[in-house]
Amino acid sequence: MAGDTENRRPFRWHIAVFLAPAVLVYTAIMILPLFGTLQLSLFTADGHQSRIFAGLDNFRRLFFDPRWSATFWNALWNNTWFFIIHMLVQNPIGIALAALLSSPKLRFSAFYRTAIFIPTVLSFVIVGFAWKLILSPLWGVAPNLLDLVGLKSLFVPWLGKEEYALTTLGLISVWQFVGIPMMLIYAALLSIPDEVIEAAECDGITGMSQFWKIKLPLILPSIGIISVLTFVGNFNAFDLIYSAQGALAGPNYATDILGTFLYRTFFGFQLQTGDPYMGSTIASMMFFIILTGVCLYLFAIQTRLRRYQF
Amino acid sequence: MKRTALTTLLMATSILGSAGFAAAQDAALTVESWRNDDLAIWQEKLIPAFEKANPGVKVTFAPSAPTEYNAALNAKLDAGSAGDLITCRPFDASLELYNKGQLADLASLPGMENFSDVAKSAWTTDDGKATFCVPMASVIHGFIYNQEAFDKLGIKPPATEEEFFAALEKIKADGTYVPMAMGTKDLWEAATMGYQNIGPTYWKGEEGRLALIKGDQKLTDPDWVEPYATLAKWKPYLGDGFEAQSYPDSQNLFTLGRAAIYPAGSWEISVFNTQAQFKMGAFPPPVRKAGDTCYISDHNDIGIGMNAKSKNPEAAKKFLSWVASPEFATIYANALPGFFSLSSTPVKMEDPLAQEFVSWREKCKPTIRSTYQILSRGTPNLENETWVESANVINGTDTPDVAAKKLQDGLDSWYKPAK
Repeated sequence: MAGDTENRRPFRWHIAVFLAPAVLVYTAIMILPLFGTLQLSLFTADGHQSRIFAGLDNFRRLFFDPRWSATFWNALWNNTWFFIIHMLVQNPIGIALAALLSSPKLRFSAFYRTAIFIPTVLSFVIVGFAWKLILSPLWGVAPNLLDLVGLKSLFVPWLGKEEYALTTLGLISVWQFVGIPMMLIYAALLSIPDEVIEAAECDGITGMSQFWKIKLPLILPSIGIISVLTFVGNFNAFDLIYSAQGALAGPNYATDILGTFLYRTFFGFQLQTGDPYMGSTIASMMFFIILTGVCLYLFAIQTRLRRYQF
Repeated sequence: MKRTALTTLLMATSILGSAGFAAAQDAALTVESWRNDDLAIWQEKLIPAFEKANPGVKVTFAPSAPTEYNAALNAKLDAGSAGDLITCRPFDASLELYNKGQLADLASLPGMENFSDVAKSAWTTDDGKATFCVPMASVIHGFIYNQEAFDKLGIKPPATEEEFFAALEKIKADGTYVPMAMGTKDLWEAATMGYQNIGPTYWKGEEGRLALIKGDQKLTDPDWVEPYATLAKWKPYLGDGFEAQSYPDSQNLFTLGRAAIYPAGSWEISVFNTQAQFKMGAFPPPVRKAGDTCYISDHNDIGIGMNAKSKNPEAAKKFLSWVASPEFATIYANALPGFFSLSSTPVKMEDPLAQEFVSWREKCKPTIRSTYQILSRGTPNLENETWVESANVINGTDTPDVAAKKLQDGLDSWYKPAK
């Protein structure tokens, strides 16, 4: 009987109608350009106006031409380091802040929450500019503050030194975005039912061990999501480096990440004219790298995360 | 009631319609440029002067940030949304636009005869047949110094390299001033104000530049490595933390009177005149031994061309002919001291600092920046690599030899000089 009604039910047009706007917009501004880029990476210019099919030549060039590959691996490693900084600094601090904020004894928690979250909504240009000023060796706040406590000798022009520049930028980015893991984890912590906590307390698990043994396992799925968001965000990063260091990502390409490499190649820079074909090749590689990372997470990690139903 | 509303509506449309008609008679021209510093000069002096002489043409100056200009312009031209008049970067960036059919050929434009072939060289095809931008101005490299600081320390503008470093040493020993205001953070300062400033003295200007293009000389030759060795010697005289000092930082350091010498391009003159409270002087790049010929970089820097897809080609040509006229040259050179007219008719300038710079044209041999013509056509781009390596040499990351080798290897990877 139930099967009969289902068979006779007419095609549910409203579903298609309701989905249509989102599908159309998403297709037009995300999926088509994505495939357009992938397609463009298989072509090359023939010196005049037209483009010719080149197969995988662009990829071969990117990986086997000593110059292109050196720049590519340098950018990829810098990107990885940028990601590592975020995973090691941003996410633990975010979790710690969320744990502190969710403590019922903390006063002014709404104020802290807002204050820590505000940098996230600032524009990259403002953040890059403000930090460039703070760290400026000439009029920066940093050298003066260090001078006040007699530690001027510790000051280094961080953004200008090859060995520190990328780490400094990583930490600036952490400062800006630490609010996001904090908010997500905070929400996850709030959603843990009181019964679970009470049961833990009855069993004598309180304080730190309660966090490690009860809360942390329960928020692991959120931490997983945050890791993926961080991964995608970092491998797509561009704005901060561009606004603080310029398109050549100095000093000596020490802060060059895939995003700036792509920008320089695709749009050109100063006397260098843009090469949309090699640019698309780099963009495609970024897409594949992110795709691989996300797939790894989805199939290898998320399926093993245990979900708790309350 | 209804009738009144209808009448009002009809009247409104007729007025609006005629207003639209009146506007359509005015040809509107938009100028694309990277010179956002010049906005006031265009709006207050140049455009009114042109519009007064040519009623019916409305000109809008729409600049973008210098570092974004090329990318933004290319994107706009490809999309068909670029302005009618395009401010031209010298050499290949504009040549590429012409080859793509985005800039119109202006060889037959009335007024073009006011420019010499050298002036037009930056915007002419390799075979010399087509010229696609009207030359507007060149910039000259040299050093600007703080006259008060020099007087106080009893230093005269150095003529030779030995005197130059002696002066730096003296300023450093005194300690009041940072000897030289330059940073390596933005990279191009080191290349443009450093390498291209002092370099022509070593590679003998045009002689070396053309030999490099022909393949007779290499960047690893002593003439091209030695400027790097000299540049490396600048390091101890730069300010604290120069590695993170950006271009505006350097400008401010000098105009606030905290630095004594500023390796400059003449385009700084107008900015410095308004900001610095002290008297300034200038000297050309020092020669190696007293009596040597001096060479200066007198670089064709800025021209203006016409978007081939402009909707008002006649009005645009009228504007370009005006740019080629002595009237424009006089207004421009005096409004922007430091941008020297390329016109064959001499232009009278009021600014003493600008006069000093332009006087070097008579005693020194001029050349243009070595990396601009032909040599920056491929990837890796020689100009961009020179930025990075010049900064590396000053920072001590690379020795002059290593830097030169990297540049020559990069050039060899795509450039085959015509034999």
